[in-house]
Amino acid sequence: MSKDGSADFFTTKLDAFVSFARKNSLFPLPFGTSCCGIELMSTLASGYDMARFGAEVVRFSPRQSDLLICAGIVTQKMAPVLRNIYDQMADPKWVMSFGACASSGGIFNVYSVTQGIDTVIPVDVYVPGCPPAPEGVLNALLVLQDRIQRGDTFAQRREKASRQGLVV
Amino acid sequence: MDIRTRIPTNYGSWVDLFGALWSDQVTKIQARFGEATLSVQMPETDPTDVPTFVFSSHANLEVLQFFKVDLGYDFLVDYTATDEELEPRFLLVFQLMSRETKARVRVKFQVSEGTSVESIVSLWPGANWAEREIFDMFGVQFLNHPDLRRILLDIRWEGHPLRKDYPLRGYQSFITPEEIDPELLK
Amino acid sequence: MSDEQNSVKESSSRDIPIDVSRWGFPGSMNVSFKDDKDDLFDDSKVIINIGPTHPAMHGAFRCMAKLNGEVIESSYSEFGYTHRAKEKLGENRTYHQFIVYTDRLNYCSALINNVAYALSVERLMGIEVPTRATWIRMMAAEIARVTDHLICVGINAVDLGAFSFFLYGYQQRERAYTLIEKLCGARLTTSYTRIGGLMYDAPEGWEQEVKTWALKTREVIDEMDSLLTNNRIWHKRTKEVAIFNKEQCMKYSFTGPNARAAGIDLDLRRDQPVLFYDRVDFDVPTAQIGDVFDRYAVRIEEMRQSLSILIQCAEKIKKGPIWADDKRTRIPDKEVVHNTMEGMIHHFKFFMTGFDVPEGEAYTPFEAANGELGFYIVSRGGPKAHRMRIRGPSFWHYQGLDPMIKGAYVGDLVGALGSINVIAGELDR
Repeated sequence: MSKDGSADFFTTKLDAFVSFARKNSLFPLPFGTSCCGIELMSTLASGYDMARFGAEVVRFSPRQSDLLICAGIVTQKMAPVLRNIYDQMADPKWVMSFGACASSGGIFNVYSVTQGIDTVIPVDVYVPGCPPAPEGVLNALLVLQDRIQRGDTFAQRREKASRQGLVV
Repeated sequence: MDIRTRIPTNYGSWVDLFGALWSDQVTKIQARFGEATLSVQMPETDPTDVPTFVFSSHANLEVLQFFKVDLGYDFLVDYTATDEELEPRFLLVFQLMSRETKARVRVKFQVSEGTSVESIVSLWPGANWAEREIFDMFGVQFLNHPDLRRILLDIRWEGHPLRKDYPLRGYQSFITPEEIDPELLK
Repeated sequence: MSDEQNSVKESSSRDIPIDVSRWGFPGSMNVSFKDDKDDLFDDSKVIINIGPTHPAMHGAFRCMAKLNGEVIESSYSEFGYTHRAKEKLGENRTYHQFIVYTDRLNYCSALINNVAYALSVERLMGIEVPTRATWIRMMAAEIARVTDHLICVGINAVDLGAFSFFLYGYQQRERAYTLIEKLCGARLTTSYTRIGGLMYDAPEGWEQEVKTWALKTREVIDEMDSLLTNNRIWHKRTKEVAIFNKEQCMKYSFTGPNARAAGIDLDLRRDQPVLFYDRVDFDVPTAQIGDVFDRYAVRIEEMRQSLSILIQCAEKIKKGPIWADDKRTRIPDKEVVHNTMEGMIHHFKFFMTGFDVPEGEAYTPFEAANGELGFYIVSRGGPKAHRMRIRGPSFWHYQGLDPMIKGAYVGDLVGALGSINVIAGELDR
């Protein structure tokens, strides 16, 4: 395509094009429960500005978002709520596990804490740190975008499998 | 060196500031409750920062009323419990402060396992959640409490985590979310 | 047609249990209607559920409210969604290891928690930290107080519709993070203090940077002030809204800015000074009514006072040691650890077994950003506490929310909650 838009076509695979569109218009749902929520806010606010990577429109309704950012601790009391929220999101959906608590329970290996949200919902990308620095979050977003482009996320694999008649 | 030595930080000056007031109040309390005062610890002689009074739990309302009204400790700073691992098992711990003199005092009530304690919500409405937390964490039952349910943990939880015999990693997980009874909105 | 209407009405009548899930609510909002005599089915009464993950709830709490039109008739708060068992951990970790858990109490001002915790354990052990360490602790606490208040008033304004106000504050907050990062290498979870000292000394020229930041922040606060304090819309949203008066504050054990907004003149920095708060000049702002606006105004003024304390500290601070002269709690220097056997063993023993704290108990209050933060530590000797009680101010403030919003409009719930600044980490512990 030329600069003035006169040449009218370019070739790509439909899958790749769809993935391209998806990866650059992520609608994050901030599921911020504790300390990491504050760092997530820093990432979204001026300074780090996640909008530069196409994940700018924060939606607080799970129905309208496709990237669940689970920032902070998920306790045994919260785990069913998290599952509910995940189930409400429309496919394809992605999950970012933000911080040590969400990824593995972190320093809180105690009775009330779920040891990692991957015991409750499938996770696509983990961000280490307690809490992760905003740079780390932006990196995780880029990694996730890359994986969405390759079709290498849980939701996309499940979509592909269901197209082939497999049940995941 | 322990807490009995005069601490050079500003906290150490509490004894100098309130020492006379405290010893005056100790005599008042002992005159009022006499035998019911199980023990008194003073910062001059015991490893504690403020005077600590231990009472038996059945007179808690009366004792706290005396502290609140007669001695002027009108501010309930903290209300918690400890598991002592001996009989009587639990101690309810009150941190009280006088807003006028800024003096603090600690009041404890002995509670054996299985006995109920009178709720103090009538004295300080703010004790409501603190009592719920003590019930949640230690299993101490309160009488005449408006809404004695678990507060921090799921209502389906079994056991009381801050008891010493509850394991640190005694996980319990649930598949469905907690339900809320609409009766609470009455 | 009329038959059909009747049948629809019939099916939702009182004796048939209503399956809420078919209205599209997730299970988390399951409400089991048991009593058919109550007024829950009045057409004029609506039950709304906010939370546990609602953008207006600032963390994971849940509030259920019964509305009559737009007026809240009764409400009921539920929390515990971030309960991380820090009190239990306090009994299972050594005093040194517990420092990291104190960061996660009020994560908006982690440095204050660190300082308060270090003071409580030092008080039990009878340790006095050197002058420079005390000044640095005080500066750290004041920076944390400013950042906490910035985020509180900022988020409160965002909730009520003033977004740019928040961005002004957040910019300064990022700069404060840079200062904190210079001090201890972390932005949010600082773990800066040690029992009997500090993790690192402040870098060269840090005090001057703090002073520059404080002067700049003062300008920004003036700017924020002019943006909102005399704004008519802001007044309408906040004045006479969610009033919590002096008596109620006393009943519900309110402390800190929330109590001062209602006229309770109580500031532990002035009344029971620790650190060097008796060596600096500052005022304790109070208001009279105790509505959302007063809580906002008290916080704005407190930030100014904190900045003035910071400037005074930066002038008074001198070079010197940062560790107390106490062999029990002194972490061995890296040079000694790496080069001598004794140092290595000392280091190993220090971190693996910890140091013993003499038998005793103390409740140590500290004026945190939200109110009185207290650590009640019962030691029976040994490296671990027998009981580690954390008195977080948010726990008591959140309890006041239900009486506070009774009779208010549902739109004011958000403003009321934002103004008392409940932090989930401190609330659930």
